[in-house]
Amino acid sequence: MTAIPWLSILMGVSVLGALGVSFLKNDKLAKQATLGVSLLVLVLAVVMTVGFSPNGDRFQYAETYDWIPSFGVHYAVAVDGVALVLILLSAVLVPIVVLASWHDAEQGKRSVRTYFALLLVLEAMMIGVFAATDVFLFYVFFEAMLIPMYFMIGSYGGAQRSYAAVKFLLYSLFGGLLMLVAVIALYNVADKNSFLFPDLIGAVTDPTTQKWLFLGFFVAFAIKAPLWPVHTWLPDAAAQAPAGAAVLLVGVLDKVGTYGMLRFCLELFPDAAKWATPVVIALSVIGIVYGAIVAIGQTDIKRLIAYTSISHFGFITMGVFAMTTTAASGATLYMVNHGFSTGVLFLVAGFLIYRRGSQFIADYGGVQKVAPLLAGAFLIAGLSGLSLPGLSTFVSEFMVLLGTFERYAVPAIIGTTGVILAAIYILWMYQRTMNGPTAESVAEMKDLNGRERWVVAPLIALIVVLGFFPKPLLDVINPAVKESLVNVKVTDPAPVVAVKEGQ
Amino acid sequence: MITAPTIEYFALAPLLIIFGAAVIGVLVEAFAPRYLRRAVHVPLTLLSLVGAFALVILQTVRGVPTTPAAMGSVAVDGPTLFIWGTILVLSFVSILLINDEEQFVPSAAAVPGSAEEEKAITEGAAHTEVYPLALFAIGGMLLFPASNDLLIMFVALEVMSLPLYLLCGLARRRRLLSQEASVKYFLLGAFSSAFFLYGTALLYGFAGTVDLVGISRALATAGGTETLLLVGTAMLGVGLLFKIGAAPFQAWKPDVYQGAPTPITALMASGTLVAAFGAVLRVFWVALGNDSWNWQPIMWGVAALTMVVGSILAITQTDIKRMLAYSSIAHAGFLLVGVMAVGEKGQNALALSGLLFYLVTYGITTVGAFAVVTLVRDPGGEAWHLSRWAGLGKRSPKLAGLFAFFLLAFAGIPLTSGFFGKYAVFRSAVALGEGWLTGLVVLAVVASAAAAFFYVRVIVLMFFSDPSADGPTVVTPSWATSTVVGFSAFATVALGVFPQPVLDLAEKAAKSLFVQ
Repeated sequence: MTAIPWLSILMGVSVLGALGVSFLKNDKLAKQATLGVSLLVLVLAVVMTVGFSPNGDRFQYAETYDWIPSFGVHYAVAVDGVALVLILLSAVLVPIVVLASWHDAEQGKRSVRTYFALLLVLEAMMIGVFAATDVFLFYVFFEAMLIPMYFMIGSYGGAQRSYAAVKFLLYSLFGGLLMLVAVIALYNVADKNSFLFPDLIGAVTDPTTQKWLFLGFFVAFAIKAPLWPVHTWLPDAAAQAPAGAAVLLVGVLDKVGTYGMLRFCLELFPDAAKWATPVVIALSVIGIVYGAIVAIGQTDIKRLIAYTSISHFGFITMGVFAMTTTAASGATLYMVNHGFSTGVLFLVAGFLIYRRGSQFIADYGGVQKVAPLLAGAFLIAGLSGLSLPGLSTFVSEFMVLLGTFERYAVPAIIGTTGVILAAIYILWMYQRTMNGPTAESVAEMKDLNGRERWVVAPLIALIVVLGFFPKPLLDVINPAVKESLVNVKVTDPAPVVAVKEGQ
Repeated sequence: MITAPTIEYFALAPLLIIFGAAVIGVLVEAFAPRYLRRAVHVPLTLLSLVGAFALVILQTVRGVPTTPAAMGSVAVDGPTLFIWGTILVLSFVSILLINDEEQFVPSAAAVPGSAEEEKAITEGAAHTEVYPLALFAIGGMLLFPASNDLLIMFVALEVMSLPLYLLCGLARRRRLLSQEASVKYFLLGAFSSAFFLYGTALLYGFAGTVDLVGISRALATAGGTETLLLVGTAMLGVGLLFKIGAAPFQAWKPDVYQGAPTPITALMASGTLVAAFGAVLRVFWVALGNDSWNWQPIMWGVAALTMVVGSILAITQTDIKRMLAYSSIAHAGFLLVGVMAVGEKGQNALALSGLLFYLVTYGITTVGAFAVVTLVRDPGGEAWHLSRWAGLGKRSPKLAGLFAFFLLAFAGIPLTSGFFGKYAVFRSAVALGEGWLTGLVVLAVVASAAAAFFYVRVIVLMFFSDPSADGPTVVTPSWATSTVVGFSAFATVALGVFPQPVLDLAEKAAKSLFVQ
């Protein structure tokens, strides 16, 4: 029996779905078809996940075919635990985003079916980018996925959409092109006539070369993640994107950056990664605190959420570069949890903005009285954003801080202030929009309707369930992270326990 | 007694067919009645191109000659055959575009706006000379990269350029601009030819021969620091770099591309660029290959300047054709990176195959882009001003989508042919393993990012801006134009997803390198 090419099927279904949707003449049918396709992908992804054995081979569901032999490029896909949970994250978010964006594309009198077709194309590429085990293929997806997102922001976004779209594209393209040079150089230095990831591990030994190549990759990922100080595109892009696209942008696309750091920067250039660690950790800590402080000062709800994400990405990169099992597993779990919690935050904010027609916090007040469900969902999403114990983000944030403390105590302590600041920006935003006297402009606001409840409920359920019981995810993530760190040649520091003398 | 020179007619057959058809075209102009001319010219021109292409294929299948033809003056080798095939395909699609009366002036001699011009228009006059002229230019393009000695190369240069000077002046709309373009191109082209010729003379003084291989041999014995050699190389370089539009010799390109009838621009931007790069490669690799440490530093500066000038100045353009011209300049800079990647034999083959592939991808996408430009029209001709393109994505999403796709290919986004073109060239440059060239590749990618900005700007205009009330009309394309756009789009996708077959061809062509 030949193995079922799960990953190709996942991508194929999405791409074919996108093609089909783009030919449908009826907008309503197009939406339903998109929802159907994305749910099918989700089901397939879940089935695939069930068949994954966490303690088996590192890479499973592998497919390898020659694509461009002249360049040593393969169509090679496979997943380890880290990639698997991120693919699952994408597969969960897309149908929810489809449902949430039901009316988004109609406002600007632009082609509705194009929007949904782009969503499905993007889904295929998101799966591809996490599944690629050929560095070149990864690069192709990494760059190509900018295009659908660019059109989604530029065609369907807010008032400043074209500025935001161009800024997003150029930042990412710039980083990507630097990475391209590093990719080419990696191929030449390794001299294996292959771009396959396993072939390239340990191929670069010269320390100087490693450092240069590391930088090429790292800059691209840092822009993508985004890490302070190359984050400035994110608030613009996320604030201008339609809410659904913003969820995928912050929830999944940015994870490609942090995923890339873990997978490529660390494993391909372990010595250079260790060399760069102090700087990266410093940047992460700055990002945590800076993102949180700036978030407090925002007047625009979507920009505020974008800045909270910059703070959260600081935690993730810190976890990745702390290079302890706990921190790296925590960072990976954080990638997933952040996708869910920021996702629901963006979506609820999107519902709010859709009703009132304004992104500014000042235009709201006392919404809780007229739309209690909306306010409740917003509160839970927000509390998850500030890592309340019992909600999923708490687990991952705690693991990152714990794991980082094992090796870098001071940055971990400074990073902890981010948790306190998070409480300020979330609760203060909630207070200004939801509590207090009901503003006149929102007095007529309707509560969540049936479709919107279906959008919010699964995400909140996931946040709560994973907050109490993260084990299934960690069981998948932990072995993969351990294997990654073996390639980086680090061992966890032995726990230091104070021994009482004289006993 | 003088022995007759041996001429390998079979090897030269593609050239002979094109020139023969051009001569017949002149005869048609002289003897056929006016109403018949176009009906004869179009099939004649297209058939001769197809015939020449078939012969190129036949030669490739039969085995590539290993010695130069025509007493060592024309080298029909692997790279030449590949370049010939490329030029013939690009010319074929360009001729399909030229087959559009709307693009050409009814009477070039009539003063713009005069009564004579009115008369010519009402009489339905047309310059059917464009076909034989184009054929002569194409013949020159074929000979240019194949010439194995500098005098033949000069002749080819002139045969290629003179008809183009004329063709540039024949635009139906914006005639003054067109005439200005023609004169500018002619004057500057004449200067560059003079430089080329002077360089040839000086190199003859150095080597005692104009044969490329002979010059290379002379270099092997001489030190490489002779004044004659250095000055001659510089002069020759000026002449060649002018033709590819490398900075600081790029000034003609935007003016000429803007003024010339768009189908002619397409022919120049694709065919001429390919031919000129073939010639650049032949001169710098075959004749001056042993002297690379002398020309590489200068070339480095030229390439860097070309990329930067092309990418930055394109941002300020408001005319779509001028913008594409600056884009072409930037691309010439990227290609020059590959020209410098010379080393041992395998390295040269790698660089050569990369360059050949890049030329194919760039040429095809360029023709497609200019074909789209011909379709978007205002009452007074093409909608040249960029602001007129605003909201095109809403009026005719398919056309705008195709144009956006071509622009993304220029920008080198993965899954388009442009990406693999760039990749192939940059890869060969990095493979050389020299820091100075890798540095240039880094500069090239930064320039690519800057260049992406102005491509993206057009996409923003087309898709994210609202259309104005009196926006341009998109004419229904003729079958010929649709074929061109369709072919270009197909090739841009196909080479972006499965580049391997063409890469194989390029590798095979490059493997034997240029004949020595």
